Formats: sequence, structure tokens, C-alpha cells
Amino acid sequence: MQENNIKFLEDTFKKYYFDHFNLIRVPNRTSEREFGFQKFNSGMTRHISIKDDKELHLLLMKNTPSDVYCSNACYSFPNLPMNEKDWKEADLIFDIDAKDLNLECRKNHTISKCNECNEISTDINSCSKCNSIKLEKKSLPCKNCINASKNEISKLSNILIEDFGIHPNDIHVYFSGNEGFHVYVYNSQFQKLGSKERSELTDYIMFHGAIPETFGMKKIKPNRSTFPDFDEKGWRGRFSKEMYGTKSKRSKIITELIVNGYSSFQKTLDDLSDKIGVKVDPNVTMDIHRIFRLPGSLNSKSGLTKVFCTDLTKFDPYLEASFLNEQLVEVIANCPIRFNLKNTKFGPYYGEKVSIPTFAAAYMICKKIATIS
Amino acid sequence: MLELGADEYAKYPFMADAGQYLKDKGFPLAKFGTDPDLKPSVEKAFHRLKVSTEGGIYKSELIDGQASKSYILEIEVFSFLLAIVLIKLTGMHTLTKRFALAEARRAEQHLERDLGKASEKSKIDLAIKIIHDLFGIEVIKRDDFFEIPVADYLKHSIGFHEREWKLINRYVKNGKVLLTPEKTVRLIRKELGTYIGSKIINAPTPPMIPGFENMVNELTSICKKLTPSYTMTTGEYPPCIKHAIEVLEKGENLPHSGRFMLATFLLSKGQSVEDIAPLFKNAPDYNQRITLYQLNHLAGTSGSGTHYSCPSCEKLKTQNLCFAIPECDNIINPIQFGKKRI
Ligand code: SF4
Ligand SMILES: [Zn+2]
Ligand SMILES: [Zn+2]
Repeated sequence: MQENNIKFLEDTFKKYYFDHFNLIRVPNRTSEREFGFQKFNSGMTRHISIKDDKELHLLLMKNTPSDVYCSNACYSFPNLPMNEKDWKEADLIFDIDAKDLNLECRKNHTISKCNECNEISTDINSCSKCNSIKLEKKSLPCKNCINASKNEISKLSNILIEDFGIHPNDIHVYFSGNEGFHVYVYNSQFQKLGSKERSELTDYIMFHGAIPETFGMKKIKPNRSTFPDFDEKGWRGRFSKEMYGTKSKRSKIITELIVNGYSSFQKTLDDLSDKIGVKVDPNVTMDIHRIFRLPGSLNSKSGLTKVFCTDLTKFDPYLEASFLNEQLVEVIANCPIRFNLKNTKFGPYYGEKVSIPTFAAAYMICKKIATIS
Repeated sequence: MLELGADEYAKYPFMADAGQYLKDKGFPLAKFGTDPDLKPSVEKAFHRLKVSTEGGIYKSELIDGQASKSYILEIEVFSFLLAIVLIKLTGMHTLTKRFALAEARRAEQHLERDLGKASEKSKIDLAIKIIHDLFGIEVIKRDDFFEIPVADYLKHSIGFHEREWKLINRYVKNGKVLLTPEKTVRLIRKELGTYIGSKIINAPTPPMIPGFENMVNELTSICKKLTPSYTMTTGEYPPCIKHAIEVLEKGENLPHSGRFMLATFLLSKGQSVEDIAPLFKNAPDYNQRITLYQLNHLAGTSGSGTHYSCPSCEKLKTQNLCFAIPECDNIINPIQFGKKRI
């Protein structure tokens, strides 16, 4: 990134951390967490320990990071190298990302930047100018993407509460600042679980690895009465709601399932995970040494804040996660699609010089589709 | 420590502090070598060990956990404790392993039966307490099922490879997994073996007891004959084979397709039927005669004379027996594993 763009973002980010430090949610047991940060155009600094908010504030002011991270794990010695940290426990975290949901709408709001000639276009397969296929894709997620993610979150919460007995107050949902959401689970029986066990939890949540017997089907002489009832709890209940549709169709569907046989039933189960399983990123949940974007900090891929969603159904990231100031700046923007921030429409811009509020300018510069003029 | 009654010690003798128990009963160890009245206990201990080396579970004289005479209970406990003394005097690790496994399986049967006793609350409570005190699992009885916190379930089931143990294939509600008595006990089988094993390892080795020498010698020679079957788990086997051996060693059930794979693989590596048979000894449904018959059949030394070869990786994948690792690339049959490509 060019010097003047970096300078602009650094100034803007610094002002944000000065004005909005109250948005930062310093995790409990602060001193047992590992912190890390990145500066614009430079690598990651990890293994930092911080006593309290004051120290964190100081770090933010001194370094003006592009991104700030904090571990979900607690350690005895968070500042030592990984194998000497002495891992104690970790909050359970799920990552739900719009880009993993295979949504139809994505092609409408994905733009590409050519690595060879810097051409920006809505053509996502090859550069419209030089035909190169080395493209960097940028997505400006739409309402549909956000709603689909929210739907996954509500499926997830339902399992966490009903099946795993988590108290709703211990489930915190954050918008990641870019394309997804992070769901944190605090104070659960899972705090001390290792990586393999967490991976087993995600298999459960994603509906992976189910066998026919669990849903009443047998290889030899299947028995109708062992199939799930419509009102059952847990996966047997979700299975029957998806498969039977209504209570009255139960009997008919079971007949079909039995006629189709055991291996067809297994196939049905495998296909079901796409429909009723929750689409979380399993690698995130099983990594017990990861550092996550700190709640309340800015995401340098968008200039938006990782915010706590108090009311998920109503939550609109393009309204509630944009905290940068409104001061006008001149940029050269190259954004062939329209986007909406803080109730204002921007674009499309075709390599033109425009004067727009800082929050919108930062959004485009972070996406690398605009530069300070 | 739990306060147990005599019948409970007979079922779960590993709950007793050996030295303390004998002292409380007023029997110094040396007396067992000479006192003819104590001979039945010693003989029983020897028998118990021998059965375990053969891969069997010793059948006690308890009927449904009860004994007709109280001295029978005492012999049960004595013989267990004396078996440990004999193991220590023999000093063979194989013996520790086999005995611990056999005793774990025996205790497992009692635990399972006790948990399943709907009407006898005290029996259920004791089984639950043993599971809690020894393995830190909080079990709550709910109707015909037992509830276990999901996290505890995962910690103990994570080593199981069968798909039915995956959390998705369990009844999960409110942070608890619902299990039958059988599955509840099955969950701790391995740890039960480890626990009994560690009790043996940590027990002090007494000086030789006059009168025990012959038994110790005989046990030593039995063990020496057994040892080769444990040298099989070396690094050069492909993961599918290692997994199958592991499953068997843990005394878990290996499906028929898995046994077929393992047997044909080892036969193709030049091992004999007699070499292979002991591997299957820990299988829950082990029957020596049938195993030998089946192995001979596969080896082509009996019946039709057809010689069976190891299934392909492709086939094993469909049977969920494949656990491929990068070293498996470019091979189509497990027997090719580890051979250098030119
Ligand atoms: S690829 Fe073949 S050798 Fe490798 S693990 Fe699978 S079955 Fe075994
Ligand atoms: Zn180009
Ligand atoms: Zn979209």
C-alpha cells in the first residue's frame, strides 16, 4: 500500500482508538491472554501480555496498529513462546463467514483486482484488460449475505442452548468487521477441552458423520418405531422436521426411507449436512492457540469495527459497525459496484476523483479500490 | 477412599489397599506360602493369572455378585491381591498388562450389571461412585439411561474410532449425553485397565515368599512365550493396519472386514497363523478354535486351498478402515506401504 494511503489510514485509526476506546471489550482475565497486533505493511507481533485496559490503550496509541488480536485461551505465561506458555483453558469460538455459504448473490458484489495491471472489474475469472487470471477478489457483502450468516448463527445458538445447555447470556455474537461473525461461548463445560474434542463438537454442529442407526434405520429388518418422532429434541428432531415436513407425513416418508434401503439412507444423511448442519469453520474452533480480532478493534480489510451485536435480528453492519469520522476527503475511486454505508449510497465509481466522508474513503482504501488523491 | 462391604470388594478388589487389607485381616504375606488353610487363595491367584495370559476372563464363584459363603468372598479378594504379589515377583510387564486387562473386563461386567439394576439403588450408587472417584465422570441416573456431561463424554470417547461413538450419533440434551449402562461402562474400559495396571506397577515388590517359587517360574516361562505377539506394533505398518491392531489391543470390537484386512496383510508379510492368532485374543468375542479355523482358511492351508490377499486401499476406504497419511500416496494396496519407489 502506498505511503499516503497508509498515513491516511493510520491517522484515521488512531483517532478512532482515541475517541472510541470505550467500544473495546477487554476480555476477562486480561493478564492471562496473549495479545498480538499488526501494523500497516508489516508482519505480526505476537506473544504480548497486557495487564489491563490502560496498558492496551497505550499500546494502541503508540503503535497505531492496523489490526489487534487477543487469544481465546488463558495461559500462565502468555508472553512466552507457544510451548512454554502453559495453556490453561480457552473460550469456545465459532466463525461463520458469508464467503463459506456458497450464496448465489456473491457474484453480484465481488470485484476483482488484477495483480498484473491493477485493473478493477466485476469480471471475476480473468482480467478484462490484460486477460491475466492472477486476480485478487474483493467482496462487498450484501444484505442477503448478512441475513444468511445470521440464519446460521441462530441455528448454532439453538444447538448451543438446547443440546449443549449453554445459557443464552454466555453466547456473545460479534460482527467480524468484514464478512462474517464470531460467536463466543463463555463459562461452558467446554473451556478445558483440547483440539480433538472441539473438532468433535464442530462435527456435531455441522451434522458430520451421522450414521443411519442414530435415526432408527437398520441394515436388517428396520423397525418403523425406532425412527424419530416429529417433536423429538436434538438432531433426531431436526432430522424429522427436515425430512417429514409435517407430522402427518411421517409414516409415508418412513416407508419411503425403508424401501430405499440402508446405503441410500446414509447418502441422505450425508446430503443433509449441507442443509441442516451449521456452516462454521471447523479449523477456527479446533485451534486452541489462535488469536482473534479484539472486539471493538478495527478490521483493516474494511475499516469497520468488530462490534458486539446486542440484537442480532436487527443488526445492520453497514450502519452499526462504521465508526470512522465523516470529514470529507478526496480519493480516486475505482469501484464498479454500489455500496451502502451509514445510510448513504456510494458508487459506482470508475477511476474518478470524488470527495467523500472518511468512513467511506477508508472502506474503499482498505479494500484497495481507492487511493488518496 | 470408599468404604466397601466384603461383597463389593470381591467384585471390585482393585479398590482395596492391598497391604492394608491383608494386615487388617491379620495375615502376613509369608503365611500364604506355608499355611495349608490359605492354599485355596494362592491357587486361585495362580489360576486367575493363567486365565488372563490366555486372554480370558477369570470366572469367579460369585453368583450375580453374591457368594453363598462369606469365606468365598474373602478368597476372591485374597486371590486378587496375591495375583499382584505374584506379578511383582515375576516382574514381567506382559503379565501386568494381561492381568490388568482381564480384571478390567471383569470389573466392567460387574459395573454394567450393577448400573442396570433398576431396583437396587445402592448398587447403582456404588457403580456411579466408582466411576466418579476413579475417572472424574459425573454420572446421573435418569430413567433407564445415564447422563454424562458432554465434555466428559468427549474426553473419554475421543480415542474410539467407531462412528457410533461420534457425538453426532449420541442422544445429546441440555449439555448431557444419554447412555445405556453398557455404553457408560464401555466409556471407561480403557482407563479401568490403566488404573488397575498402575495399581500393580505402584505396588511394592516383596521379597520372594517361600512356597511361591514354582508358580513364579511357571508364570515367567508362560510370559516369555507370549511376548512375541506384542512386537507387531512397529512403525513400518500402514496406518490402517496399526489402527486395527490398536483396536484389538484395547479389546475393542474390530468389524469382520477389519479382521480380514489385518489377517491377510500379516499373512502376506510372511507371518504364520500361530503368530497372528494371539492378536485377536482381546477381542470381545474371541474363540480360539474359530479364530484358528478362520485364519487357516484365509491362509489357504485348509478347505478350498484358496489363498486370500489383502484388499485394496480403495476397498478399505469404502469400509471406513483407511486412515491414509501422506506416505500412503501412490500406493493402491496396504502391502505396498513403506516400499521405496524407484
Ligand atoms: S491408503 Fe491404503 S495403506 Fe494407506 S491407510 Fe489407506 S488403506 Fe492403509
Ligand atoms: Zn490485468
Ligand atoms: Zn451477498
